[in-house]
Amino acid sequence: MKSLSEFFNMGGYALYVWGSFGVTALLMIIEPILVRQRRKTALQRISRLIRIKSEQNS
Amino acid sequence: MVNIFKFSSPATFYPLAGKIARISTWIAVLLLAIGLYMSFFVAPTDYKQGEGYRIIFIHVPAAWMSMFIYVVMAFWAGVGLVFNTRLSSMMAQALAPTGAIMTFIALWTGAFWGKPMWGAWWVWDARLTSELILFFLYIGFIALQGAIDDNRRADRAGAVLLLVGVVNIPIIYFSVKWWNTLHQGASVSIKNGSSMSTIMLQTMLIMTFAFWAYSIAVALYRVRSIILEREKDARWVSELPEIRR
Repeated sequence: MKSLSEFFNMGGYALYVWGSFGVTALLMIIEPILVRQRRKTALQRISRLIRIKSEQNS
Repeated sequence: MVNIFKFSSPATFYPLAGKIARISTWIAVLLLAIGLYMSFFVAPTDYKQGEGYRIIFIHVPAAWMSMFIYVVMAFWAGVGLVFNTRLSSMMAQALAPTGAIMTFIALWTGAFWGKPMWGAWWVWDARLTSELILFFLYIGFIALQGAIDDNRRADRAGAVLLLVGVVNIPIIYFSVKWWNTLHQGASVSIKNGSSMSTIMLQTMLIMTFAFWAYSIAVALYRVRSIILEREKDARWVSELPEIRR
């Protein structure tokens, strides 16, 4: 098998190959994190809404 | 038929979306692992483009997804416009950010492929320009939805924008045939089969399915949040086990 540095060098195309795969990986990590945050915020807002409602009723 | 209408209710779709999203996540992780391994260790070096060609293993799937997601989005928005179904409009809204990201990836990786192969990051080629317009359509849709406070009005305005923008999809797809500019023709087509080596094609298809599963998972997780946001006053929402009281 080729050496590690040879692998990262990508036959001279390192900037282009890793620039492409790197940014794609970054976006595909950030997007699920944002989606998870949105869910958390939504759940928190709903539980606050329910608390306010139950306080008004009591 | 009964089942279709049953799942068009947000209350029944919410748990179903969660289930499908979880399965899709695992499929995406598995296929991405296999696809990346094949992209770097199994697929041989290209005789003309060296290692630089490996970019196509994400470029082509992302470009396909960018168009496919748009069509699915426009379909749901259209259904929402005609039948006034809330859930279909929410589905369209949930797909938009993922579609925009796929379009951005297609443009970005295209630039990083174009620089060493064509000698330019960007050219005003027909394919590139129409793909850039697709990106603006996604951004425009997201901005429009965000700008209108009333959900129903936002859905309708967004649907009109999406349906008008559909004309751009065949333009992107056939641009390499209609205008003889820089971007090469399709490597894989229904009529002519594939001009790539089998292992390269297999790698690209696995990556495509991985992107597919990823998009389904993210969009369904997002639609669950959109359902919660819009149905926050509904009784079934307040009775969900994940809500802390």
